[in-house]
Amino acid sequence: MFDDNITSGRRFAAVNEIVEKHGRRPEHLVAILQEVQEVYRYLPEEVLTYVATSLGLSPAKVFGVATFYENFSLEPKGKYVIRVCDGTACHVRGSALIQAAVRERLGLKEGQKTTSDLLFTLETVACLGACALAPVVTINGDVHGQATPEKIVALIDELAKGERKS
Amino acid sequence: MNATMWVDGREVELSGENNILEVVRKAGVDLPTFCYHSELSVYGACRMCLVEDERGHLLAACATPPEPGLKIRTNSKRLLHHRRLILELILANHNRDCTTCEKCGECRLQELANRLGVTQVRFRQKKQAEPVDVGPALVHDPSKCILCGDCVRMCEEVQGVGVLGFAYRGSRLAVLPAFGKKMSEVECVNCGQCASVCPTGALVVKSDVERVWAALSDPTKKVVAQVAPAVRVSFSEAFGLPPGTVGAGQVVAALKRLGFARVYDTCFTADLTVREECHEFLERLNSGTKLPQFTSCCPAWVKFAEQYYPEYLPHISTCRSPQAMFGAVAKAYLPEELGVKPENLYVVSIMPCTAKKFEAGRRELARAGIPEIDAVLTTQELVRMVRQASLDFTQLEPEAFDLPFGLASGAGVIFGVTGGVAEAVLRTAAWALDGKTPELEFRAVRGLASCKEAVILLGGREIRVAVVHGLAAARRLLETLRAGEGKYDLVEVMACPGGCVGGGGQPLPNDTDHRAARAAGLYSLDRQRELRRADENPLVEKLYREHLGAPGSEEAKRLLHTHYSPRRRISGEEVAVAPGAAAKTKIRVCVGTSCYLKGSYDVLQAFHRAIAASGRAEEFDLGATFCLENCPGGPSVQVNDKVLGQMTPEKAAELVRSLSETKEQV
Amino acid sequence: MIKSVEDLNQAARAFRAALGRIRRRVLVCHGTGCVANGSPKVYEALRRELGARGIEADLEYLLEHEGATAPAQVEKSGCHGFCQMGPLVRIEPEGYLYVHVSPEDAPEIVEKTVLKGELIERLTYTLPGTERHFAREEEIPFYRKQERRTLAACGRIDPEDIREYIAWDGYRGLARALTEFTPEAVCQEVLAAGLRGLGGAGFPTGKKWEAVRKAPGSKKYVVANGDEGDPGAFMDRSIMEGDPHKVIEGMLIAGYAVGADEGYIYVRAEYPLAVERLSRAIAAAEKWGLLGENILGTNFSFRIHINKGAGAFVCGEGTALVSSIEGQRGMPRTRPPRLAERGLFGCPTLLNNVETLANVPFILREGAAAFSRIGSPTSHGTKAFALTGNVANTGLIEVPMGTTLREVIFDIGGGIRGGRNFKAVQIGGPSGACLTGEHLDLPLDFESLKRAGAMMGSGGLVVMDDHTCMVEVARFFMDFTQRESCGKCIPCREGTSRMLEILERIVAGQGTEEDLNLLEELAVTVKETSLCGLGQTAPNPVLSTLRHFRSEYLAHVRDKRCPAGVCRALRRLVINPEKCRGCGRCARVCPAGAISGQLKSPFTIDLKRCLRCGACRESCSFHAIEEVN
Repeated sequence: MFDDNITSGRRFAAVNEIVEKHGRRPEHLVAILQEVQEVYRYLPEEVLTYVATSLGLSPAKVFGVATFYENFSLEPKGKYVIRVCDGTACHVRGSALIQAAVRERLGLKEGQKTTSDLLFTLETVACLGACALAPVVTINGDVHGQATPEKIVALIDELAKGERKS
Repeated sequence: MNATMWVDGREVELSGENNILEVVRKAGVDLPTFCYHSELSVYGACRMCLVEDERGHLLAACATPPEPGLKIRTNSKRLLHHRRLILELILANHNRDCTTCEKCGECRLQELANRLGVTQVRFRQKKQAEPVDVGPALVHDPSKCILCGDCVRMCEEVQGVGVLGFAYRGSRLAVLPAFGKKMSEVECVNCGQCASVCPTGALVVKSDVERVWAALSDPTKKVVAQVAPAVRVSFSEAFGLPPGTVGAGQVVAALKRLGFARVYDTCFTADLTVREECHEFLERLNSGTKLPQFTSCCPAWVKFAEQYYPEYLPHISTCRSPQAMFGAVAKAYLPEELGVKPENLYVVSIMPCTAKKFEAGRRELARAGIPEIDAVLTTQELVRMVRQASLDFTQLEPEAFDLPFGLASGAGVIFGVTGGVAEAVLRTAAWALDGKTPELEFRAVRGLASCKEAVILLGGREIRVAVVHGLAAARRLLETLRAGEGKYDLVEVMACPGGCVGGGGQPLPNDTDHRAARAAGLYSLDRQRELRRADENPLVEKLYREHLGAPGSEEAKRLLHTHYSPRRRISGEEVAVAPGAAAKTKIRVCVGTSCYLKGSYDVLQAFHRAIAASGRAEEFDLGATFCLENCPGGPSVQVNDKVLGQMTPEKAAELVRSLSETKEQV
Repeated sequence: MIKSVEDLNQAARAFRAALGRIRRRVLVCHGTGCVANGSPKVYEALRRELGARGIEADLEYLLEHEGATAPAQVEKSGCHGFCQMGPLVRIEPEGYLYVHVSPEDAPEIVEKTVLKGELIERLTYTLPGTERHFAREEEIPFYRKQERRTLAACGRIDPEDIREYIAWDGYRGLARALTEFTPEAVCQEVLAAGLRGLGGAGFPTGKKWEAVRKAPGSKKYVVANGDEGDPGAFMDRSIMEGDPHKVIEGMLIAGYAVGADEGYIYVRAEYPLAVERLSRAIAAAEKWGLLGENILGTNFSFRIHINKGAGAFVCGEGTALVSSIEGQRGMPRTRPPRLAERGLFGCPTLLNNVETLANVPFILREGAAAFSRIGSPTSHGTKAFALTGNVANTGLIEVPMGTTLREVIFDIGGGIRGGRNFKAVQIGGPSGACLTGEHLDLPLDFESLKRAGAMMGSGGLVVMDDHTCMVEVARFFMDFTQRESCGKCIPCREGTSRMLEILERIVAGQGTEEDLNLLEELAVTVKETSLCGLGQTAPNPVLSTLRHFRSEYLAHVRDKRCPAGVCRALRRLVINPEKCRGCGRCARVCPAGAISGQLKSPFTIDLKRCLRCGACRESCSFHAIEEVN
């Protein structure tokens, strides 16, 4: 049925290219992880170990950096990443209500970030710097200003509906 | 007169102290700290050593350089209040099962809480019980960790390994091996230096005391002990004597009182090691191959080399360590000597070292699958057994080691200190090459400098020797070798700073001063010996005559040598699949960016729906994975071990259908 | 390629002349706010309109043909600061500002304004509740009391075209520094101007420069801190997006003054547009010879790298930021040594905030005296603030140091949103404090704020109305700082999370008066003993609210009552029948179906089913839903 079978031994070609581009310099670790995440959409353990080895760092150190920064994810994210800003301006204008509504709409349990069908990931972000439009929500990078729970839930419904159709 | 500083109104002369903390301690104030160690970089995080200057500013004494004329207070009401509250905060987030903790009585947190009078904890206990990681040599209990980072810095800065690191941040901050794995699953060399600096019970030596008690009370077993050189200069510290006090006789007496049938001296097999290693060295020197020769006594170093420097494994002496040689000769010859069945001879090592526990379990050191060392106790554990048996140290009458493995030269004794192995080998090599009484003390390889080098004239040629201790120093040396710089004939490596006297199983404190004092103890023992060279040891000679033949003989090779093999740093084994689950079809959809853009999430959804619709969800293990490296052919899906490209939602549905049908037929 | 000061002057003259020969320039705001509101579509529509009429200017042609003119040009500009009115379009030379512009407005704008210079009144700003229109940007009350110096070019030039910056006297400060000043004299000039660290600390910038200049070492770095992590502040973002060359010029001058040849700009990862604009600006400056070797024909060379943050507030702290650039966890370290002695990669390092650096070109171009002409006696120049929260006009403003809070909130900000009452203003983000009505006439400068127990911080001003619970606000900030604490030192790691625990207890109605004492005790220890600025300032929101709003805390712990009616666990909502018009809107939004009633007569809330979410209250236009205790 499929004639383009290949075996699954990985050679980390993409990571390798990134690491080489940075001249294997350990001080570029954060930038390397950022670029690796661009390619893989998250930071798998095997990839982190590979990066550590090629930079001459201990895996624990790389793990430490990857878990320190908010933007790194060690787990796969959903197709749609919804980020609700909870900066001060957004907070005083009710971002918590938006968060609760999205959480409920997606049926996310306490501590769960991504829906089990890997469609949606909900994140909170400290401040997107678009305070004048508070409260702000981004969905895959698109900024939605002056958001309300209803508007965002409607957007999610729309996206989910589009998914079912395909 | 030098410049001065004022500590609590008293003038203190400055004489090159690195920081205010050293000045304060010189002034007789033992300012509390958790994260300050003079051997490690300054961390400044525990905030216990804050002092107050005249303007009322608070300074971290450990991180602030002394300044002439500076006036500080160390014990104002305000400072005491802060220290108490900080301690209370730590305690609130600390596993407080103190009475049953290994570290009870030696715990810095316990001591300071008591000393500063913290009598209440007004916050609720937050720390959840976490699984305790019990490895071959060390036990890591995160619930007792106060996150001072001492172990992290020790492992990275002194040992150059970096097993432990800080992970996460804020209130989730943790000290963990990579990916939260167990220490035994990562590149830990079991040196135990982390446990040496840990102020609490978060990192402790894995105890084998119970196993030894069990053997001692087993009437069928004959339990014998070997005692490593470094133990005799640290054992009595635990009973209040100054470090370096020689107490070999007390160790033997204590072991006898605990029920050991015979107590032998590892220095004897150290002499044996010198004979073999020197023979090997001279052979290599003659043939000019596999130089430099690295010493092999230190199991932490051996594992380190297997992990990071596999290309140098052929350079490491094939000699087993003195502990392992003892195991070999003990199991080979003692049953007859003691009139006991081989399986009933129980060999216990008393070691300054935690890595010896790991070494004892190495497969290549077992014979017919049975380890030749049955249990390894560190100095600390021996002390604990003595306490458990309620023995009064002051009433222990010194006793001598048992023969035949109880006589040793000074060369065997100095195995316990950095430079000692190299010096021991050089003494014998000099005798062999020059045939005359050599210069006995090779001072150039002694001392606590992290890397010592010497060029020694032997047999008309220059022998270049390097001695390193601390694996970070070893790494630096190996990197210069890798870079083609530096040329040596003999390199001694000991993982622990100071050598075995500073081993991870030694009594606490285990700092530079203690290590230096213990080293001095061993050198003084050496000086007192009649026999200073290993080849002078008549009982070793007798062993060769009666059993082994000569150094490097077949029999010696069989019993006293070993081999090494490269080792992965992180065990990458898949998690064991539960029985029955093997029948599951594993489907992994690539969600890397390229596949993502080509619609892999739609494929994932299609699998999701198709599996649900098949009614056989239990037979599938569906998940997302990272880049399958089939980007041009994406979206890619891995089904068991095959990668399928150009996947579409329709193909996915069909695939699930055909897979469930196949299963049905089976 | 600009190889000398003469080249630069020549280029500036040529660009100015060419731009001046375009009759009308249409600047479409492309700040993050306006982009989110759809300004790129407006830009496209306007370009289509010009294209269709064949009246679009070609700058290259104008540059090459002296005397040639063109009718119009559409450009992307940086942020005007009045983001809530976006998309914003400015028309030069009249200075008209059109607000809430949609792509459909494009034909009319081109037809009337671009071609004929006519004002389209319906697109101008209207003062809410009045019929008063304002044609020009500068006339709008929001702008009238502002003094836009650092932000002057934001919204006026195309940040993606270096030539516009050069035409606006760009790099003239650098030129003067390199040719008329010794490095030491540059430091002196900056010191004389009285510029102070605008990232929050207010340390004299010239002093800092001098320390780095004097530090021994042949390799030095300049780092621009654009890790604007304070939630509720975005002035650095606007500068980096709207006028990136100003930051670069500031760094170049700093580099010359301290003897550095390499610089880093540390930008938050949450600011992708800033990263993009800065990258383009750096590439352009390199191409024009303003970055690289032998700048302006002198022997001064300088390179700039961009470092993207990865999401950690603590990286705004200098030593943490340096660790982060070095590829490590952003954990602060103890000082000494200061960054001026041992900073990035162990070298002497000058770390200045983006806004501070953006002030530098002005000083070198116009002189220290011109700079210090405005401001208060101790704090010279201007300061940008992000004015947000429950205020009518939110946005980015720039005012002379010493402007009062009242002027900012009521004149510029247009007062409290929705006609509610002013309660407090939070200044300085999570490190800052809450000020109350009694502080409204406080001049905004470093010393006055410090005396009031607050701090400038990065310049976030979050206005709060009487529906804001100050205990909840303290809890919010504590939640933020404890989440962002790196965890290194014990007081900050354990202390902030315990403070949060207590505050959570209080807002849940389970607090006691002893809790208040414990909270205060913790606050003092965390403040005095933490390792870095994050911990040392983390208790400020708690301490300031405890000081100014203690009664509100007491109401929570003693009476189990939230006076502002915010804390869910403590609220009981009822409908005031006097005010309720029976519209039924509350019943429709209630997620629990707890509200019922007959249309046109007062509704009621079933307290047993009420989730206390407050959605009804937000939805009611008649303020009929009230808190009871």
